[in-house]
This record gives sequence, structure tokens and C-alpha cells, in this order.
Amino acid sequence: MYRILEKEVFSPIIKLMVIEAPKVARSCQAGQFVILRIHEEGERIPLTIADFDREKGTITIVFQEVGKTTEQLGAMNAGDSLRDFVGPLGVPSHIEKFGTVMVVGGGVGIAPVHPIARELKKAGNHVIGVIGSRTKELMFWEDKMREACSELHVTTDDGSYVRKGFVTDVMKEIIEDRGKENINLVLAIGPQPMMRACCNLTREYGLKTVVSLNALMVDGTGMCGCCRVSVGGVTKFVCVDGPEFDGHEVDWLELARRGAYFREEEQKARERAKEKHSCQCGCGGGK
Amino acid sequence: MADAQKPKKQIVPKKNPMPAQDPAVRSRNFNEVALGYSPETAIAEAGRCLQCKNEPCRQGCPVEVDIPAFLKLASEGDFAGAIAKIKEKNALPAVCGRVCPQENQCEKYCTLGKKHEPVGIGRVERFCADWELAKGVKLPEVAPPTGFKVAVVGSGPAGITCAADLAKLGHKVTMFEALHVAGGVLMYGIPEFRLPKAVVQAEVENVKKLGVEIEVNSVVGKFATVDQLMEEGGFDAVFIGTGAGLPYFMNIPGENLCGVYSANEFLTRTNLMKAYQFPEWDTPIKVGRKVAVLGGGNVAMDAARTALRLGAEESWIVYRRSDKELPARHEEVEHAHEEGVKFAFLTSPTRIIGDDNGVVKAMECIRYELGEPDASGRRSPVPIPGSEYTMEVDTVVVAIGQGPNPLVPRTTKGLEVNRKGNIVANPETGATSKPGVYAGGDVVTGAATVILAMGAGKVGARSIHDYLMAKKSAK
Ligand SMILES: Cc1cc2nc3c(=O)[nH]c(=O)nc-3n(C[C@H](O)[C@H](O)[C@H](O)COP(=O)(O)OP(=O)(O)OC[C@H]3O[C@@H](n4cnc5c(N)ncnc54)[C@H](O)[C@@H]3O)c2cc1C
Ligand SMILES: Cc1cc2nc3c(=O)[nH]c(=O)nc-3n(C[C@H](O)[C@H](O)[C@H](O)COP(=O)(O)OP(=O)(O)OC[C@H]3O[C@@H](n4cnc5c(N)ncnc54)[C@H](O)[C@@H]3O)c2cc1C
Ligand code: SF4
Ligand code: SF4
Ligand code: FES
Repeated sequence: MYRILEKEVFSPIIKLMVIEAPKVARSCQAGQFVILRIHEEGERIPLTIADFDREKGTITIVFQEVGKTTEQLGAMNAGDSLRDFVGPLGVPSHIEKFGTVMVVGGGVGIAPVHPIARELKKAGNHVIGVIGSRTKELMFWEDKMREACSELHVTTDDGSYVRKGFVTDVMKEIIEDRGKENINLVLAIGPQPMMRACCNLTREYGLKTVVSLNALMVDGTGMCGCCRVSVGGVTKFVCVDGPEFDGHEVDWLELARRGAYFREEEQKARERAKEKHSCQCGCGGGK
Repeated sequence: MADAQKPKKQIVPKKNPMPAQDPAVRSRNFNEVALGYSPETAIAEAGRCLQCKNEPCRQGCPVEVDIPAFLKLASEGDFAGAIAKIKEKNALPAVCGRVCPQENQCEKYCTLGKKHEPVGIGRVERFCADWELAKGVKLPEVAPPTGFKVAVVGSGPAGITCAADLAKLGHKVTMFEALHVAGGVLMYGIPEFRLPKAVVQAEVENVKKLGVEIEVNSVVGKFATVDQLMEEGGFDAVFIGTGAGLPYFMNIPGENLCGVYSANEFLTRTNLMKAYQFPEWDTPIKVGRKVAVLGGGNVAMDAARTALRLGAEESWIVYRRSDKELPARHEEVEHAHEEGVKFAFLTSPTRIIGDDNGVVKAMECIRYELGEPDASGRRSPVPIPGSEYTMEVDTVVVAIGQGPNPLVPRTTKGLEVNRKGNIVANPETGATSKPGVYAGGDVVTGAATVILAMGAGKVGARSIHDYLMAKKSAK
């Protein structure tokens, strides 16, 4: 069992948890993820490592409630335990001194971008951070990102905080302003449509863009092939070959379709869980 | 030879039939198909054995179970004696009795089988093992602690056997498993209706009782490398039994459409994640009306039979060769037929076709004919030009084989692998190119059988023991 040591509620649907998982904390690196299971009947879901503390043996996850498992997780509290927690999985982010790197986090994607930004800065890069959320209420970790980046730009879709606009609007301004030759790499993490939009923008400028793909997964070790995606016309397994890929090479339509294949079942599971769950025991929703 | 085994007793030509669930009923549930012998039937079946002096059956068993001896004990109703005899060689009899391809192993060589039906060795073995599991297993003696620590990577039959043998010899064993339960293919691959998971877990519990520590959720090569286990983790030796878990695909167009699964995904969702109990269990699976399974081995039969149980109206095996070449166990093919699985032989898909949402709707196939025998003597299939046709399907399951997972080889310095990515290990000892590191099972041989993997686990344990004892006397 893996204990939840802390819980922070960023918004009604975005939450942070610090999990006791010394084996994962010991060797994890920026860009890697874990797979967890809440209870015996639960699904295995992947979440990116948003932070870690090797000494304390803890892993921080930040998640958005989008369906049954994430909602049940969100209902759990410090002191509760997760059934399974395995990691670190996936290939760590490639960190080196590129020069200037634009690091973009959209929505809950701000969390996974954070440790990568931090490492890139440590490696001597000038890190231009761009973070955006739909609305002010969903914004989090501005302070942590400010620290992790060399400069930070914040935006909200609806203009309720700092400025109005999508992250791509901010990216475009920066690229135009600084000149595309002065940006060596772009890294974008967030919802699929946002990553895709970022890639469409950077393609115009010929700016290499790394994205972190959230394919459906089962085992996370390369055993099932559920997470496969075409990258540059070649089939890759996101869990072992990724999760980071060259965004200009990704077959986004295929990824989106594969991700939606079980939508009907997910909907059913979610409704069923809502009906059943009335206790306040912190069981995470039970069966 | 014929003289030496002249029957001294009445020959019973036919095997006692295995009681089984009715095909029409069982093809819609996940309960075990073969129900097992009663004590009376087990005694009768064991009694069919002629007790041949030269023991031909024994040579057919990869771990050389003393078959005549255990059958004799069983025929006398001494099931405790029989199971003890079996366990001298086979640590997982409840599993092997169910899933060994007996027709190619022990029973293939049975004298009775020359003219009549062979003794149902596997069935009696299964009975004895179940009898013992029901009664509570008597644990073997464990040698006093040696002070050595061994890491076993992977908890399939190879790892379990190796761990159990090492523990009995007094070594401290930790078994690391990537998934959240131990058992390997026995848990995630072979379906409940053929090998109940409770049987596997009972065997796993017995290994734990020997003092083996099992750390699930532990992917070696990720949380720690083999080198780190040895240098920082204090392990004196390592056994790698990570299996052949990497699914192969056909590399035909349309393979990434929704509704195309690897057999591993299809079976893992169903067995490990219990998708057949969705929504009580959270993991979903979808099969639709008509399912095509590509391949002809055990894995393909399991997938095709699973598809029926998940509600498919039609489940097809699409196989490139003819029925004679089907590599699956006879019993599984027979069961598949009885349950209504359909077979398209000498057929192979050329592309998978999707609808507007990227979901499978059809598969284009081409027919084959058998050509000249190749070097192996098997007639190789050749495509018939212009024989393409379209088969409407909702789901495609690719079951054309698996390779070794590269995670451990890639992260272990100095570990030699062959062209296919299998770890190179001495078949006599299990020794790899890296000192103190041994390997066995599917990761070495490629996808094979439970009993061969167990045999390799045994060999590995013996060699590791010798290695550690030599280390001790060198100290
Ligand atoms: C490598 C990786 C890292 C991830 N990191 C994070 C993270 O740090 N924070 C976070 O909030 N989410 C992350 N995700 C997404 C997260 O895994 C899904 O949100 C989660 O599995 C949904 O489970 P559920 O049961 O709550 O919802 P479900 O009912 O299963 O699904 C609800 C909705 O989410 C979509 N969905 C389901 N599974 C996934 C998935 N694996 N990826 C994307 N969408 C999915 C479905 O299509 C559906 O629209 C990551 C995914 C991957 C593959
Ligand atoms: C569907 C199916 C049906 C089959 N039917 C039969 C049958 O009827 N009869 C028969 O004899 N054989 C059958 N087989 C074959 C048989 O199951 C295998 O040959 C046997 O299980 C191999 O054993 P193993 O111990 O080498 O590996 P596996 O059983 O594959 O176990 C390997 C284990 O190692 C774990 N692992 C992998 N990488 C790591 C890592 N890096 N760190 C930690 N753990 C790791 C895996 O998760 C897995 O649990 C079947 C196989 C399948 C897939
Ligand atoms: S272990 Fe397998 S091959 Fe050996 S006797 Fe038992 S069933 Fe036959
Ligand atoms: S099992 Fe068959 S071959 Fe073996 S001793 Fe009995 S009759 Fe002879
Ligand atoms: S999740 Fe199974 S192979 Fe990637």
C-alpha cells in the first residue's frame, strides 16, 4: 500500500497529492510517469511525476478529475492509501544545454512541465515558461513555475487572470518578438488539442517541438501495445518509447481516436460510481 | 522392447473422460471448463498405467516427473504419496496438470498410446495437486540461512520455480514483479476458464511461505537496474525470468485502428484486470459482434474463446497454414471447436479497414495454398494471387507471437542477447555472459511452455546455489 501524505486542492477538479513511494522516488527523473490503482477492482491509470523528494521518498502527482478513477482519487484524503503505485515508467526527458527553450504548460499540463523546466534551467538553458488555463480558478503553481523558469508568461483563455488568450497566442508573440532563430527548442504539455495547436504553430516556424503523449495504457511496460501511436509513420509504444515525442511527427488524429475508443464504457463507469457512492469514509468511492 | 513391456494386466483402451462444463453454457462464462476427476476416476485412470520398466513417458516430461511411481501411488489411493512424488520434480503441478501440452510431452510417449489412448497423466497430476491444495499444502523443509541474497526478476513459472528452489536451499530470495500481482502469463495471459487464478495464487502463497519476499509493482531496469541490485541492493546473484511479453504485430495497414488489440492487451484486460466483470471492475473491453483472431497457437485459441465469453456472436481464428499445423494444444483446439469458434485456414489478412471514426469494420484477406515442403519438412503456405476477399469484423486480435521485453537487457551492462533480443544463457546452467547473473524461461528460449520455463528456473536455482557455495568457500 502507498500512503497519501498530503493533499492540496487547487480547484474543484485539479488536485495534488504527495504519495509515499520510496522506490519510485529513488530513481525517477523529470518526464517520467507512474501507474496507480486505487483499489483491488480499480483501473491502472498513468499520471506524470510532477515532483519528487528522494530523501523523504515521496512522489507528487497533480491530476484533473475527468472520469471514474480520477474522481475517486480526488475523493481520497491524506492518510488513505493507494493499492498500487508503480514507476518510474517511460523515458526521462532529454536534458542538455540547448540554449533557449520555450516550455509550455496547458491546464493540468503545468504540473508535468514543472520538473522538466527546472532541469532544463539547471542545465544552463534560458527557459521561457508559458502557462495557461481556461480560467483563473484552474491556474496553479505559478510561483513554482516562476522559480523553475528564467521568465514566465501567464495567460487564461477567458482573460480572468493576467491576460486573455491561448498559450499559442503567447507563444506566437514571443517567437515573433525574439525571432525564431533565438529559440532552440519548444516543449509543450497539456490536453491533446492544446499540444496539437502548439505543434501547428511551431511547424510554421520550423521550431522543433517535443510533446508528452497521454495514450491509453494498461501495463506501462511495453507488454500490451494499448498505448501505440504512429510517430513519423512508425508505430511506437508511448509507455516505453515515450511519453515524449517530436510533436510534428505524431499522428494526432489516430491518438485522439484511440483515446476515445472506450468513451461509452467510461461514461457508464462514472455514472455508476456516482450513484453508488454516498459514504464519506474516504474509501475513494468503493467499488 | 515390446517384450519388456508385455502387459501383465488388463488393458483399458480409453482414457476416463474429463468432466467438463457443457459447451453451450461454458462458452458464455469464465468458470473453469475442465472440472477435474473425482477420486474414484483418478484412481481408475492411474490404474490404467502398465508400469513399464523403461518408463518411456518420463523422457517426454521436460522435468522428468517420476510418472509410473506417482501413478502407482495414486492408483492405490495414496494421493499424499503421489503428490509428494510429483513435487520432487515439479513445483507447480496444479498448473502443469492443466496447461502442459501433454500430447507432445509425457503422454506422447506413453506405451498405451501406441494402440490405444495414453494414460491421462496430466489429469491425474492435476487431481493430486488439487487434492493437496484443498487439504492445505505441507511445506518442504527449508535449509538453515546461508546469508546469501538472491534477486529473481519476473514472477512467471521460471521465476517462481527458481525462487522456491533457492529458498529451500536457505538463500534469502526477493522476487521483483513489474505488474501488481505475481504469476506472469499464468495471471495475465492464460484465461480463468483454463487456469483459475485462485490456483495460481495458491501456488504463489506457497512460495511466500518458504520465505520468498515478493515485491510487486517493481519494474527492474526502471526503479533499479540489475547492476544496482547487485552493487547497492546487496544481492549476490540475480535470476532473470522476465518472459516474452513484447507483442508482435503484422505490420499491415490499419493495425492501429480502434478495435485492433494485441492478444496481450485483449487477455490482460480480461484476465488480470477482470474486464469480463466490468463495471464491477473498472477496466473495460469491447468486442462487438464479430471477432477475428490472427494466429493459431494457444494464445490465439485463448483469445478466440475469450471473445465468445465476452459476448461476441462470431469468433474466428484466421490462420495462414492448415489445421494440421495448428501449434495450439489439441485439447484447446477441440474445446474451441465445441464452443463454436470458427476457423479460416490458409488465410491471412493484408489490411484492416476502418470506418469514419477510425474503428475497425472489415479486414481484407488473401487465401493461401500449401506449397513445397521447406527445409523443416513443413509445407509452406503461398498466397494465391487474386484471391483477396473482405471479411466484416468489429474486432481484430493479433496473436502472432511475442518477443522478449528489452527493458532488462537494455539496462544491464554486459548482458549478451541474440539477434531476436533473447538473453543468451547456457542451456546446461542458465549462466549469462555476466557473472552472477542467470536467466531462463521465455526470455531465453522465446515463447515456449510453462513446464520448460519451470525447468529453466530449476536449472538456474541449482547453478546459482553452486555459484554462491563456490563464492563462500573462496571467502
Ligand atoms: C503518460 C501519461 C501521463 C499522464 N499524466 C497525467 C497527469 O499528470 N495529470 C492528469 O490529470 N492526467 C494525466 N494523464 C491522463 C490520465 O491518465 C487520465 O486522465 C486518466 O487515466 C483518466 O482516468 P479516469 O478513470 O478518471 O477517466 P476515464 O473515465 O478513463 O476517462 C475519462 C476521459 O479521459 C480520457 N482518458 C482516459 N484515459 C486517458 C489517458 N490515459 N490519457 C488521456 N486521456 C485519457 C478519456 O478518453 C475520457 O475522455 C496522463 C496520461 C498518460 C498516458
Ligand atoms: C495466452 C497464453 C497461453 C498460453 N498457454 C500455454 C499452455 O497452455 N501451456 C503451456 O505450457 N504454455 C502456455 N503458454 C506459454 C507459457 O505461459 C509461457 O511459456 C510461460 O509462462 C513462460 O514463463 P516465464 O516465467 O519465462 O515468463 P512469464 O510467464 O512471461 O513471466 C514473466 C514475468 O516477468 C515480469 N517482468 C517482465 N519484465 C520485468 C521487469 N523488467 N521487472 C520485473 N518483472 C518483469 C512480467 O510481468 C511477468 O510477470 C501460454 C502463453 C500465453 C501468453
Ligand atoms: S509436468 Fe507436464 S509433461 Fe511432466 S508429467 Fe506433468 S503433465 Fe506431463
Ligand atoms: S504412463 Fe504410460 S508409458 Fe508411463 S509407465 Fe504408465 S503406461 Fe507406461
Ligand atoms: S501500456 Fe501496455 S505497452 Fe504501453
